[in-house]
Amino acid sequence: MSVTREEVAKIASLARINMDEHALDHMVPELNNILAWVEQLGEVDTSDVEPMTAVIGQELRLRDDVVDADPKTGGGRRDDILANAPVAEHGFFGVPKVIE
Amino acid sequence: MSNYRVHGATGEWEVVIGLEVHAQVTSNAKLFSGASTAFGAEPNSQVSLIDAAMPGMLPVPNRECIRQAVRTGMAIEAQINSWSRFDRKNYFYADLPQGYQISQLYHPLVGEGQLVIEADEKAGIPEDKVIRIERIHVEQDAGKLMHDQHPTMSYVDLNRTGVALMEIVSRPDMTSPAEAGAYIRKLRAILRYVGSCDGNMEEGSMRADVNVSVRKVGDTELGTRTETKNVNSVRFVMQAIEHEVQRQIDVIEDGGTVVQETRLFDPNTGTTRSMRSKEDAHDYRYFPDPDLLPLVLHEDFLEDCRKSLPELPDAKRARYENELGLTPYNARELTAEVETFARFETLLAATAKGIGKPEKEVATQVANWSLSVAPGVIKALGDEGDPANATAERQAAILDMQAKGEISGGQAKEIFEIVLKEGREPAEIAESEGLKQVSDTGAIEAAVDEILANNQDKVEQYRGGKDKLFGFFVGQTMKAMQGKANPAVVNDILKDKLQ
Repeated sequence: MSVTREEVAKIASLARINMDEHALDHMVPELNNILAWVEQLGEVDTSDVEPMTAVIGQELRLRDDVVDADPKTGGGRRDDILANAPVAEHGFFGVPKVIE
Repeated sequence: MSNYRVHGATGEWEVVIGLEVHAQVTSNAKLFSGASTAFGAEPNSQVSLIDAAMPGMLPVPNRECIRQAVRTGMAIEAQINSWSRFDRKNYFYADLPQGYQISQLYHPLVGEGQLVIEADEKAGIPEDKVIRIERIHVEQDAGKLMHDQHPTMSYVDLNRTGVALMEIVSRPDMTSPAEAGAYIRKLRAILRYVGSCDGNMEEGSMRADVNVSVRKVGDTELGTRTETKNVNSVRFVMQAIEHEVQRQIDVIEDGGTVVQETRLFDPNTGTTRSMRSKEDAHDYRYFPDPDLLPLVLHEDFLEDCRKSLPELPDAKRARYENELGLTPYNARELTAEVETFARFETLLAATAKGIGKPEKEVATQVANWSLSVAPGVIKALGDEGDPANATAERQAAILDMQAKGEISGGQAKEIFEIVLKEGREPAEIAESEGLKQVSDTGAIEAAVDEILANNQDKVEQYRGGKDKLFGFFVGQTMKAMQGKANPAVVNDILKDKLQ
């Protein structure tokens, strides 16, 4: 598997990463090197092996359905939430008008 | 099969519809944070550092949201995947601070299921129809944008960001707007029975993406489909389909081709339009969310979900018909909404207890009262009455008196009117307002004797075979008793004396 220059440019654009021609010159072969290396892993027959999703056998922890049980993961902190916003008015974030 | 056909200039067209319904999961806190889900709070007051995508915050799923999605899956007889996983769906928009939505593309929580929409001749659904459901997965809702508050800016409220949604994806099994409407109504009923979503479409708790394509009758290939996003009422879903079908037929018959695209519905005009700015929108670059381990559900959790399921709409309707002996119409009407059957079952239990008979024997009386008599009186009174006065106990007391023959149907309504207006007790009203019928055989016999004595000629004619005169005697007796005699007792006495 490999990627073309156009594909890399498109993915960069979708990810909002600014990538000029010079950067693409470097990025395309670098990515293709990585992909070729990953492809090598395909040489091992893993048809009988369960996919591994974590190195240690852990299960996803679930939280109880309680509002604001822990202030660090609860609401009611609007000023904190808006503190770094470039524009905040009347309790809202303000962003350049986006209208569909 | 539905007979829905659209006549075009070049022939008959048929329609293929699939629906993706987003249903907000009923929970106190959000899917991955402890912030509240309550509707209508001050902007950004219910946003946690996780919802705002602050660096270093990690999502931890809310057990209740998972439980509700599993219960919903069980209610549509679906396969529950005890191993599922969360994926990131990447896109940039001002209502999505993370830059991705946590969803489940590759391994959804719930697999294949189905529901049945009921036959409805008038709507062009000749028989019950199974609509297959492909999957249900859980995902985060996005925030809300307001465009009309500032000349150059949009305002963003993230209160809804991270609230749990179930995306319920149907197979393209619907072939008319009416079937799509019936599907959403049935799905909404199931969600509300289960209690996993309040089904409130006005507040956005349920919205549908509508996939529509058309093809010539007899064609086996599917046509190119369009997806109309975020339609938020049953009526609008049906309108969006009707408009989209006609538009696609016009495009094809004018020699064009339908473009596979995302469209928006405009409720003011009932039309759809292209969302051109989202051309890249389908390139979501999904990948497994590295912040979240796979979700593994154990048998005790699943068993708890299974045990907590209530009686579902189809089962309840069947029981009303088969065990309570109600008509199919009454059974359908009573089971359509959670509030309706809850009121009915409370009243049924109270009435059966009051009269001392099994529920089956009073069910029809209570059903007719609940569906037709009581709503009629409440509607006629309008603002003069307060429905809060109509407690189950009071209504049961009225039905009790009626079943025992103490009051007539007309008197039951009059008493109910006073209950609604004044909140008094039915037994006291019947007593003090003289709203009782006489079942005292002595008094009725006396009246009958007098009438028969005064109408000897008619008595002879009746005995001579003129059966129709029976009604005359009943009328005269009722008149003599000022309408307060128990008709059944009057009939018995008359029959006896006229022999």
